Amino acid sequence: MIGTARYWREIPQRYRYEAARCTACAHVAFPPRTLCAKCRGRAFEPCTLAGEGVVETFTVIRVAPAGYADEAPYAVGLIRLTDGVRLMAQVVDCDLARLAIGDRVRVEFRRIRQDGESGILCYGYKFVPAT
Amino acid sequence: MREVAVIGVGMNRWGELWEKSHRAIWTEAALEAVEDAGVDRVDAVYVGCMSGGLFVGQEHLGAMLAGELAMGPIPGVRVESACASGGLAFRQAYIAVASGAHDVVLASGVEKMTDVDGAAATYALSTAADQEYEGYHGVTFPGLYAMMARVHMHRYGTTRRQLADVAVKNHAHGTMNPLAQYRDPVTPEQVMESVLVADPLRVLDCSPITDGAAAVVLAPVELARRLARAPVVRVAASAHATDTIALADREDLAWLGSTARAAEQAYAQAGVGPSQLSFAEVHDCFTIAEVMVVEALGLADRGKGGEAASSGYTRLGGRVPVNASGGLKSKGHPVGATGVAQVREAVVQLRGQAGERQVRGARWGLTQNMGGTGASSVVHIFQGEGRR
Amino acid sequence: MDVGIAGYGAYVPRHRIKVEEIAKVWGADAPAYKKGLMLREKSVPTPDQDTITLSVEAARHAVRRAGVEPRRIGAIYIGSESHPYAVKPSGTVVAEALGMTPEVHCADFEFACKAGSEGMFVALSLARAEEMDYALAIGADTSQGAPGDALEYSASAGAAAFIMGRDRLVAVCEATYSFMTDTPDFWRREHQFYPRHAGRFTGEPAYFRHTAACARGLMEKSGTRPDDFRWAVFHQPNGKFPMRVAQELGFPRAKVEEGWLCPTLGNTYSGASPLGLTAVLDVAAPGDRILMVSYGSGSGSDGFIWRVTPRIEEVRDLAPRTRAQLEDHPVYIDYGTYAKFRGKIRKPCE
Repeated sequence: MIGTARYWREIPQRYRYEAARCTACAHVAFPPRTLCAKCRGRAFEPCTLAGEGVVETFTVIRVAPAGYADEAPYAVGLIRLTDGVRLMAQVVDCDLARLAIGDRVRVEFRRIRQDGESGILCYGYKFVPAT
Repeated sequence: MREVAVIGVGMNRWGELWEKSHRAIWTEAALEAVEDAGVDRVDAVYVGCMSGGLFVGQEHLGAMLAGELAMGPIPGVRVESACASGGLAFRQAYIAVASGAHDVVLASGVEKMTDVDGAAATYALSTAADQEYEGYHGVTFPGLYAMMARVHMHRYGTTRRQLADVAVKNHAHGTMNPLAQYRDPVTPEQVMESVLVADPLRVLDCSPITDGAAAVVLAPVELARRLARAPVVRVAASAHATDTIALADREDLAWLGSTARAAEQAYAQAGVGPSQLSFAEVHDCFTIAEVMVVEALGLADRGKGGEAASSGYTRLGGRVPVNASGGLKSKGHPVGATGVAQVREAVVQLRGQAGERQVRGARWGLTQNMGGTGASSVVHIFQGEGRR
Repeated sequence: MDVGIAGYGAYVPRHRIKVEEIAKVWGADAPAYKKGLMLREKSVPTPDQDTITLSVEAARHAVRRAGVEPRRIGAIYIGSESHPYAVKPSGTVVAEALGMTPEVHCADFEFACKAGSEGMFVALSLARAEEMDYALAIGADTSQGAPGDALEYSASAGAAAFIMGRDRLVAVCEATYSFMTDTPDFWRREHQFYPRHAGRFTGEPAYFRHTAACARGLMEKSGTRPDDFRWAVFHQPNGKFPMRVAQELGFPRAKVEEGWLCPTLGNTYSGASPLGLTAVLDVAAPGDRILMVSYGSGSGSDGFIWRVTPRIEEVRDLAPRTRAQLEDHPVYIDYGTYAKFRGKIRKPCE
């Protein structure tokens, strides 16, 4: 179960891909953090992640955790965006047998999970092949 | 800081222990360790447990399990660092003895994993990853290691067969361990044809779901030498390092930075290097994990970890046997207990009590226990002093 | 003062199922269905797609073409008969994803297949009234047909989004007209998973009466005739109905075909005539007039006359075209996968 407040808190990142760029060293934190992981700076300016990137690595989940079983098998990968940020996300609408490191992908808004039959619906980013 | 020794060890037969509860499993191992040490009391109890809450709905394990020993109102501390909980519990106990805060301390680990179904267990384990930015996207632990494996294979040419050879080696070792969960040998074909869990990892690349506990008793070396019930095993080094919890934030997806860092510190403390090790017990939660750990420990060059098992270098009888106990793969992986069981194996080997899996002339042994995808690593080095 | 569409966008899911695949399971006569419905295949949403996700993608395309800052869009109206929540608006999620919040008026609309055009009418009216600079209207559905029912061959998924305003227009609205009566031809009661319909009653007294009356009323109100239009878009519950109503009204096939997506898309319900309009805008020339008439069971039709402006040429390729999405690497699935995707397989509750 994902608590409502806990889900709601991450909306700017999950819906709008809002990140934070360190004003001292330009490192982009996604999600935003209190301290810059590179230079420990505390001043950030808001930025938005690039919507495209390449698959750096991936797997196909065949044994899924509770709440995700209905969608298995599904691919999860690390995506290196064109702005240099790396994030983890599902890669969908792709041929799982042909997905490869280096594939170009772009972001789409999808449902990520639902809390049972009556709980909240949780949305966010996934990636699809860039054609 | 005082020098510290391990004076007693305990571990039960691991597996799917349907009849036994979380606390019963722990108590068996703890009492065995206390009896092996020959002491009538301990000053404090440290318990490594990853997720009593999710596996059995029980927290507050420090107090609960200290109470099981019926030794009065002694301190009980639960330590959590995902799958490194056991290794870290041992380290906290070591620090307590080394610092002089306590004299005789029980370090233990336990996990009761079979009271929940597979999906719930997969979920419980997945909480060791970044929940908001990894778990949210439906990733599992086999999935995270599979992503690392794919990079390792892509970059270094590590083969599917080399991964299988790690499982084959550790199962072969496990046939000689009466306490192991799976004491059956496996062939490379069996591994490579087993059910896919998270490509490219298959079910026989993965450590199992296990119920089990392990415990050891620590004391100052001086006291250990006085008791001298068994050859003294000295803790020669204790090191712990962390890395980013999210794989996305790693500098290098095919390198275990926390293990390398902890190993570097441990070698410096012990005054030995990887070439002097007699054996190592490492965290092979997945076959790829052992490949990457032997690189981070300096037992293989970077990118060459895949060859270590295949060439026989890390097999019993090889230059540095790795996971003579069978490892997590064959012995089982009750997550909170694993790090303590590694210490137990090191002690048994250094005492010369490992039976048919005994590493000949064992003198220096290393244990490496890892949480998450390597977000935490705990490395210990032990020295056997031989019988006086 | 002109009001109209400042930006438009479409989204069509990638998965498809063919009529044959459904007919095979139910022992139905596939060639007869294909001919009778004038329909070959339909889009299928994946389990992670719903009215909200389709709306976000279509609306992002519309924002790109409009070239307006999302915070300047003062309202969001999503029309659908498959809002994922029974209580809690789809519009809040979509507005948040677009970055429109918090100064935004939001309502979800439902009127069977005309909920999307209702949103378009209201958004247009608010822009006309100068209540706000821009208003967003979306028609989207992931509609369900009961297993074995005729609707199962057509009920599909897609979304179209329109940003209405007074400037940056790609199409000016020249006239609107609505026609509505209480005609219960199709409905879904509270707590029911699948809708029901009144068989052949959905034709003559329902679809044909309302659609034709709305088109005639609109032309009468605006003093236009079929000859004045380069394009016409009608609601398309199947391939056949819009073609027949066009013929009755005197629109030749060539004027209807561009917005006639149903043969390969299926019936996207609230998205149907709005998607027909996005497909036409993808190809229309400045000065072209478009007649658009929706239909929603229950029953009613909204009619619009659009006149395309020269700005269309500048924005058309800022987002994927509708037919390009329809034709872009469709993934064909079997009935078992379809049943799994659409929640038609009963599993134990967690």
